[in-house]
Amino acid sequence: MMELLQTLEQTGQNLLGPLWLPLWTLIKIVVIVAPIMGSVAYLTLAERKILGFMQVRPGPNRVGYWGLLQPLADGIKLLLKEIIIPSSANKFLFVAAPVLALMPALAAWAVVPFGDGMELANVNAGLLYILAMTSLGVYGIIIAGWASNSKYAFLGALRSAAQIISYELAMGFALVCVLLAAQSMNLGDIVRGQSHGYGLLGWYFIPLFPMFVVYFIAGVAETNRAPFDLAEDEATIVAGFHTEYSGMGFALFFLAEYANMILIAALSSVMFLGGWLPPINIAPFNMIPGLFWMLGKMSFMLFLFLWFRATFPRYRYDQLMRLGWKVFIPLTLVWLVVVAAWMQTPLWLW
Amino acid sequence: MAEIKNYTINFGPQHPAAHGVLRLVLELDGEVVERADPHIGLLHRATEKLAEHKTFLQNVPYMDRLDYVSMMVNEHAYVMAIERMLGIEVPIRAQYIRVMFDEITRILNHLLWLGASGIDLGAMTMFFYTFREREDLLDAYEAVSGARMHAAYYRPGGVYRDLPESMAHYKESKVHSAADIKRMNANRQGSLLDFLEDFTNRFPTYVDEYETLLTDNRIWKQRTVGIGVVSPERALALGFTGPMLRGSGVVWDLRKKQPYEVYDRMDFDIPVGVEGDCYDRYLVRIEEMRQSNRIIKQCIEWLRKNPGPVMVENFKIAPPKRAAMKENMEELIHHFKLFTEGMHVPEGEVYSAVEHPKGEFGIYLVSDGANKPYRMKIRAPGFAHLSALDEMTRGHMLADVVAIIGTQDIVFGEVDR
Repeated sequence: MMELLQTLEQTGQNLLGPLWLPLWTLIKIVVIVAPIMGSVAYLTLAERKILGFMQVRPGPNRVGYWGLLQPLADGIKLLLKEIIIPSSANKFLFVAAPVLALMPALAAWAVVPFGDGMELANVNAGLLYILAMTSLGVYGIIIAGWASNSKYAFLGALRSAAQIISYELAMGFALVCVLLAAQSMNLGDIVRGQSHGYGLLGWYFIPLFPMFVVYFIAGVAETNRAPFDLAEDEATIVAGFHTEYSGMGFALFFLAEYANMILIAALSSVMFLGGWLPPINIAPFNMIPGLFWMLGKMSFMLFLFLWFRATFPRYRYDQLMRLGWKVFIPLTLVWLVVVAAWMQTPLWLW
Repeated sequence: MAEIKNYTINFGPQHPAAHGVLRLVLELDGEVVERADPHIGLLHRATEKLAEHKTFLQNVPYMDRLDYVSMMVNEHAYVMAIERMLGIEVPIRAQYIRVMFDEITRILNHLLWLGASGIDLGAMTMFFYTFREREDLLDAYEAVSGARMHAAYYRPGGVYRDLPESMAHYKESKVHSAADIKRMNANRQGSLLDFLEDFTNRFPTYVDEYETLLTDNRIWKQRTVGIGVVSPERALALGFTGPMLRGSGVVWDLRKKQPYEVYDRMDFDIPVGVEGDCYDRYLVRIEEMRQSNRIIKQCIEWLRKNPGPVMVENFKIAPPKRAAMKENMEELIHHFKLFTEGMHVPEGEVYSAVEHPKGEFGIYLVSDGANKPYRMKIRAPGFAHLSALDEMTRGHMLADVVAIIGTQDIVFGEVDR
């Protein structure tokens, strides 16, 4: 596989010279983005099916066998729908906001390693890049809420801004612990740091278990998913920041939300669950390509997202902030010190 | 510096959590509610005025449409008012049937409340679970009256007809295979009473399921404990009734305090709250469902053993047997007079109240001896509760308004009438 890719790259280099690099990068982008978009579409179907299963109902089962064409039908419907721009909205920002929401959600994928060396860009500051990109997503939401010139959307945007900024902190500190443990900001190196031959036991979720939990819960909050979906709390503020959006504008927010969910699932797999590494490093398990392990772990994390949604009531705005500032941030700070001290002792096995 | 103004937001009438057509003008300071101003009347259908132009019997179906979540209990208050004015005694079997269906209705109402207030607070799954159980109870409605919602089953003098000996069965279709149908029809082989008994045996487990999801859930408690607290004194002063009053710790239930029909023969308890917050009212309603289940069980047991008439034998009030009407001149005339002119209720006035799932539902009826009411006033519990919305929500956050509307169990059919 690797040799084949190298030959391909060599031939391309010889044929096209300097033009090859941009072309090759473009191909890689398509190879990453197209499956992401596909999984976003099918994640919506999985969500509806899994929620249906948990809620004693069948879920979509009319479009295609077992509802398999439902995402396609939804996509076509949203594409063909008229985009209504409210007369009092700021037109430029109103249109720009969904783009701003989706862009960072996709850009962050550039550094995610799907397997050993299977990444678009092997950036040494990958972790920082991820933090920067996920933080940018909030602009799309704030701008959407403001540009709609609607009270519901405005409240949703304010909630979302406060929420994302507070959970960003907890998330950042949780990642600093990973950084300490791995002694690298390169996502590939972080995964390699978890391959000390113990298989499952080598993964960071064992020494950093509280951080794993905090990171994932903060991730749920960051993506505005239940029980932290205050920015689109339909019982209070109708649909929050995307109240006024229709058609493709709405679809882009939807895509961004689901792409972010998959991203959080991928990042927690990479940083805490050993990325592409098999859980037990012996014969039948390490024969399976790393990509499958990575996807399996991501699917498990995504299932948790859906499970949360079916189970929990929604937090109130102030309770959410209290959880972020009074529980998660102190906890991450303490664990940071614990990990730093722990690493100086011979008891640190990772 | 710019002047700081409060933020006014229009909550409804088209709003996912407005429970129908509530229009709430909220004055917000940030997310904190400064003032909540409910605007009602968007579902006003002039039931009270319409009643003055319909015969006593024709008004029964209008009662279903008041609180369209607890249909038969509304009918109950109305037919009881007429019976009191006529001074007639309803056959004992009809009284048991009424009590049984009152309690079925209470469970129906509380299940809908539980699902809807769950969805208001984001616990979406509750809704689907409670609707699964409502389905069985609505089937019981359908079995006795032919309608799943607007039953018109209670009539002055008794109930429309006796409980059916068989239940409707599901049929095989594209969606349901033969095996599915066999499973779905398993508890429908016997009479309605068998079906209901099966339900009452299953139901406590279902309530346990709901409680597993909510009662000890930290988020659910954070959202309801200490929200919308009403002291017992205020609850009485504001005219609260039903679970809203009992949630504040006042022991008041018309089924115990002024027993009507056969409630005095029933063995059941009245749950009361301590704090008077949304969580206590939630617990009260959950316990009421369990108690209703107990009452239904007792009714089933009695009804199995004691056959008998379910309607008075007075043809000025109740229609004669159809077969007799085809043969007999006397019965034919009675039938014709009853369904054209209707019954005449002696002059006078009466207030009859029942313990509705939402509180005290009362009918004040004035008759001048004609075949229709001279005046009818409906005392809807939801109206008094909604009036207290401002007091209950003041100082709470926007998301709590939703919790409080949920806990009040508002239905606009009865508030707007």
